Amino acid sequence: MDFNLSREQTALRDAVRELYRRNYDIERLRETAIADRGWTSDVWRSLAETGVLGLAIPEDFGGAGAGIVEVATVMTELGRVLAPEPILDSAVIPADLLLRSKDPRQWQGTLEGIASGDLLGAMAHEERGDRWPHRAVATSATETADGWTLTGSKRLVKHGDVADFYLASARVGDDLAFFMVDGSTQGLSRTSFRTPDRRRGAHLLLENTPATPIELGDPDAALRRVETLEQVALCAEAIGSMEEALRITTDYLGSRKQFGTALVTFQALAHRLADLHVLVEMARSMSLYAVAVLEDGGDDPVIASRAALQVCRSARVIGHESIHLHGGIGVTEEYVIGQYAARLMAIEARLGGALEHLQQVASGIDAYDKVVLG
Amino acid sequence: MRMRLSNDEASFRQQVREFFNTQIPKDIRERAASGETREPDDIADVQRILNAHGYAVPSWPAAWGGREWSPVQEHVFLDEMHLAHVPEPLTFNVDMIGPVLCEFGTDEQKARFLPGTANLDIWWCQGFSEPDAGSDLASLRTSAVRDGDEFIVNGQKTWTTLAQHADWMFALVRTNPDAPKRQEGISFLLIDMRSPGINVRPITLLDGSVEVNEVFLSDVRVPVENLVGEQDRGWTYAKFLLGNERTRVARVGVSKNRLALAKRLAAETPAGQGTLLDDPMLRARIAEMENELAALEVTLFRATSGDVDQAAIASILKLRGSELQEQTTELIADIAGPTALAVDGPSDEIPRWAQRSIRSYLAQRKVGIYGGSSEVQRMIIAKTLTGR
Repeated sequence: MDFNLSREQTALRDAVRELYRRNYDIERLRETAIADRGWTSDVWRSLAETGVLGLAIPEDFGGAGAGIVEVATVMTELGRVLAPEPILDSAVIPADLLLRSKDPRQWQGTLEGIASGDLLGAMAHEERGDRWPHRAVATSATETADGWTLTGSKRLVKHGDVADFYLASARVGDDLAFFMVDGSTQGLSRTSFRTPDRRRGAHLLLENTPATPIELGDPDAALRRVETLEQVALCAEAIGSMEEALRITTDYLGSRKQFGTALVTFQALAHRLADLHVLVEMARSMSLYAVAVLEDGGDDPVIASRAALQVCRSARVIGHESIHLHGGIGVTEEYVIGQYAARLMAIEARLGGALEHLQQVASGIDAYDKVVLG
Repeated sequence: MRMRLSNDEASFRQQVREFFNTQIPKDIRERAASGETREPDDIADVQRILNAHGYAVPSWPAAWGGREWSPVQEHVFLDEMHLAHVPEPLTFNVDMIGPVLCEFGTDEQKARFLPGTANLDIWWCQGFSEPDAGSDLASLRTSAVRDGDEFIVNGQKTWTTLAQHADWMFALVRTNPDAPKRQEGISFLLIDMRSPGINVRPITLLDGSVEVNEVFLSDVRVPVENLVGEQDRGWTYAKFLLGNERTRVARVGVSKNRLALAKRLAAETPAGQGTLLDDPMLRARIAEMENELAALEVTLFRATSGDVDQAAIASILKLRGSELQEQTTELIADIAGPTALAVDGPSDEIPRWAQRSIRSYLAQRKVGIYGGSSEVQRMIIAKTLTGR
């Protein structure tokens, strides 16, 4: 049992931290977030050069060949600075699904393009009338003389507004399958949207859209794995956002004076800070637990749900209290603390929410006597 | 980063699991599992078995029987002890006075007290709290006045756990009422409980148990060789002692056992067409508690790797550990429901766990109060965050 980062992992963490410190301050972050695309190409190139975009892609495919611990470590740093670049959605998740294919060499060019920062991917999976864990796929795949086509609609495609390619789920008969769809192909229309945390996405309409099958041995298992990775990565990101929101709030209570004294000297507020700290630590523990299990090869959705449940519980309180303890300035658009709360709410919505994860965890409680960790 | 135990750690777990399950008598473990441990006999029997196998005082220095285990090993040992329902060693001996004497005692004190402390031939109690010195321990007033080769001690201690069995007490006493700071006038004395002038009055708790006592000290003569360290420096030794009980305090294993018990009891309790465990609201409540307990346990693991702020960790574990102990006893009372209303009578009509459940719930409110109340822990945590 060991929770220390290796020297290389620490160096990676510091490199990402430094990259963001160099590129963004609060004002630039705000300008970027409200501008057209919501993130910066220069930073994207730097991330590629640092090896972050191809972090979990094997070296043979142009990546760094690192694992889940590295991905999670980076995600926590991204969460800390509210990094707007779509590293998880456009690089990590698409690459992971392609690497689950029977012959990843078929996707050599795409994987290299992800790692080099030249290609942006996106998962196109969610459809109308479904909530986490999304399984209601109605989009149909048809084989024609000229190859496969897809027909259906996909919604809430994260960073789908700028994707060069989509990994779209569809039904072949009753079976789940995944297809590669070129972002500029005919028969594909996309409608962009913005998120409450100033990110971007798109809804897609597919009408006899040409698509290339991705040969996955077990598509359901691949989907489960990619979702677990997404959950674990989002939890890790939330930890960074929570730690930073608490740090900013603690600093604020230390400097803001009312009734002639710093707010933190009021015991009611000090106790709330203590409770927030405990909540952050509990979330960090469950996040690290899920990371360690996934790193070991156990892509167990129940363990991801355990982490997600704790992260949702903690994030909700941290977001609310961070705004509340700041007073009026916490509710303003220009001050940064509200953006942390917005990001945490968005992460919760993406994770599926505490209730859904509690249901998942509660459904299995009679299958074991005690929760065994490690 | 690695959550799994290493091969060595896993075989250590196996080894201690086998030890607890084969060497500690089954009747002692069964009594502990159902909350009916016989004091002091069960505690003493277990301690002597542990001692015979070199497991009595693993965290002490090697010269006095310590094992120099890693933090992970210490955690695994304690976890297996809880899971096997072995009554915990007497914390006053193992975690408190032993380490203090090892660190600050004279050679004579070590030779005289340590072997008997490890073997529980000496049962220690802790004379810290007083009627007007609870969370604010430094306001204690029990006085010790030097008279030749003796101190004369007068005052009152309270909440003294298991003092009714104690042979000796380690006590904080005020030796210098005029010290510029309250903490600077306190000394750390070892007091023979058979001394004339000591009067122990038991306090019955809400579950009917006698766990704590008032101890009255009236002109009690204590030889100066029973002073630990220097006179008026007792506060330093007390702080060392209180900082020493880090991992024990969360009692994760106890809560884990209690949650497993709650599930078994709910599954045996008919409700509607099935059992109480079919109720989605109760399932959600249990699942949430199991998850919170898992988070606390991983936090313990992280503490063994130094991944948590060292100044805050003991308080985080105490605070969360107490809350979960409070909640798990509450859960069992709720599962008992109306059957909790009979506290005696035939156990084939109302099982004993149900008879006990409300009174246990009530008495377990103590965990958020003793050892630094939850509010004191929050102040400590806040201080580590804000630096003030």
